[in-house]
Amino acid sequence: MVIEVENLVKKFGDFTAVDNISFEVKEGEIFGFLGANGAGKTTAIKMLCGLMAPTSGRGVVAGFDIKTQREKVKRRIGYMSQKFSLYDDLSSYENIMFYGGIYGIRRKELKKKAERLIRKLGLESVENKLLKSLPPGWKQKLAFSVALLHEPSVIFLDEPTGGVDPVTRRQFWELIYETAIEGKTIFVTTHYMDEAEYCDRVSIMVNGRIDAMASPAELKQNFEVTSMEDVFLKLARS
Amino acid sequence: MKRFAGFFKKELIHIIRDPRTLIILFGMPFVQILLFGYAITNEVKNARIAILDNSKDEVSFKLIDKILSSGYFTMSEYLQTSAEIDHAFKQGEVKLAVVIPERLSEKLKRNELVQIQLISDATDPNTGNTLINYTSAIIRDFEFSRSENLRPVLINPEIKMRYNPGLKSVYLFIPGIISVILMLVSTMMTSISLTREKELGTMEVLLASPMKPAQVIISKVIPYLFLAFGNALLILALGYIVFDVPVKGSLTLLLFESLLFIAVALSLGILISTKTDSQQVALMISLFALMLPTIILSGFIFPVENMPVILQIISNIIPAKWFIVIVKGIMLKGIGIAELWKETLILVGFIFVLIIASVKNYKVRLE
Repeated sequence: MVIEVENLVKKFGDFTAVDNISFEVKEGEIFGFLGANGAGKTTAIKMLCGLMAPTSGRGVVAGFDIKTQREKVKRRIGYMSQKFSLYDDLSSYENIMFYGGIYGIRRKELKKKAERLIRKLGLESVENKLLKSLPPGWKQKLAFSVALLHEPSVIFLDEPTGGVDPVTRRQFWELIYETAIEGKTIFVTTHYMDEAEYCDRVSIMVNGRIDAMASPAELKQNFEVTSMEDVFLKLARS
Repeated sequence: MKRFAGFFKKELIHIIRDPRTLIILFGMPFVQILLFGYAITNEVKNARIAILDNSKDEVSFKLIDKILSSGYFTMSEYLQTSAEIDHAFKQGEVKLAVVIPERLSEKLKRNELVQIQLISDATDPNTGNTLINYTSAIIRDFEFSRSENLRPVLINPEIKMRYNPGLKSVYLFIPGIISVILMLVSTMMTSISLTREKELGTMEVLLASPMKPAQVIISKVIPYLFLAFGNALLILALGYIVFDVPVKGSLTLLLFESLLFIAVALSLGILISTKTDSQQVALMISLFALMLPTIILSGFIFPVENMPVILQIISNIIPAKWFIVIVKGIMLKGIGIAELWKETLILVGFIFVLIIASVKNYKVRLE
């Protein structure tokens, strides 16, 4: 198991943002982490990434404890947030070099990686242009690739497709599949229910708890509906 | 170290590619120095004076000559009667009138007491005072040079304006400008650049990397330490080249103290960025909440000693107040750490308090 979570709790004062959640994610799995805004998704992801300490419970990510070995966890994971999190006033090459540098990748190796990546994404003609002149779809792909630079075993995607058009979203999911086939685990949150269908397994969070967790097909069967959207609505209403 | 170099490069790129930042960083010192140095000055040059010479003899001509050759005054008009004095002032052009009594050389020869009347326009009290002081000094000087051999036995106050004999106001402004600019630039730049990373969402990514939060913040802030230091050098150089403001004490000590003060300002910037996630708010806080108190309460323009007690107490928490004392001491008085250790320690204290407050704030937000 790449991710193991047991009775994880996060409280902010009296408010319980994450209420006793437990789950496991296998290697190479695409795990969808669904929930309405404010359901506690972001808090849960932050704890798994070592950005925030849990109030109680246990979690192991990529073989390291999220409470006591945060730095080691961070070394083994990739993280991409909903804002793509690249610098608009840097070129794609400069962005790659900066983020690679932060992960301590050696310069020689990093240069090779950057060149390979730029070729792979087809950015050769614009590699020295500032990022703000690129369309969102390209930024998104670049952000994803940058998060993979240090070859993490798990990658966390926090609403990675916010604000891009359906075609670009579809292309992005192809990229996610390719990465999963290479054996990397994908942990993804999303608002789009059609995207939930692409996942191997999904969990749905309501008010800090995980109310449902299974493959999309199983969920639809259990709730006797035809789409993930209906599963979600049924859960939210109950 | 490599990570740090990457950060340094990135921050430099941000600054170079953003003209607004460049202007704030290097345009502001230029404009402020030239403004304060040239426009805002307490010195009086070429004040218009009127002279009523009732003697019109050899000595009175010499005296008038001496007054006019000082460079402080230009002759506006020779008056004929004392009635004209009032008129001259009311016209608004004349700032000072000198009235020389009758038979000046005769009286002096007989060692009689002579009174020369100085009348100044005190609608602007500072200027009026300054002009009177200038003229009295000139007359005293004239009296001595004239009576070298038969110096009368008199008690005469000998006045010396220490550390700034020319009473040049730019000597006062340069230390003030250094403090204000370092404070503004460092605090504003750090708080804005940190909140910018938050707005962009890049801060999360940085924190999700193996770098520790403290490392991220330090790497982000250090480039601004260098930039602000460059700024301090620029201001000192401008002061020296354009206005001949000397550095009498140790330049090394001055630069070291500047680094300390920059560190205070950077810590303040960090604290601000832990309080807000928005660049706008960070800018507002750094600009308005800092600029006015720093300019008004630091002793930059208005002496702290003349303020009401309550303001004097408040002024103690303005870091610039202590730094201005240090800069003036080193630049103008030529004193060293033996006299300035207290102020230096206070700056160090500010750094500690601000950093501790920032860390606490940061933890509260995370946990």
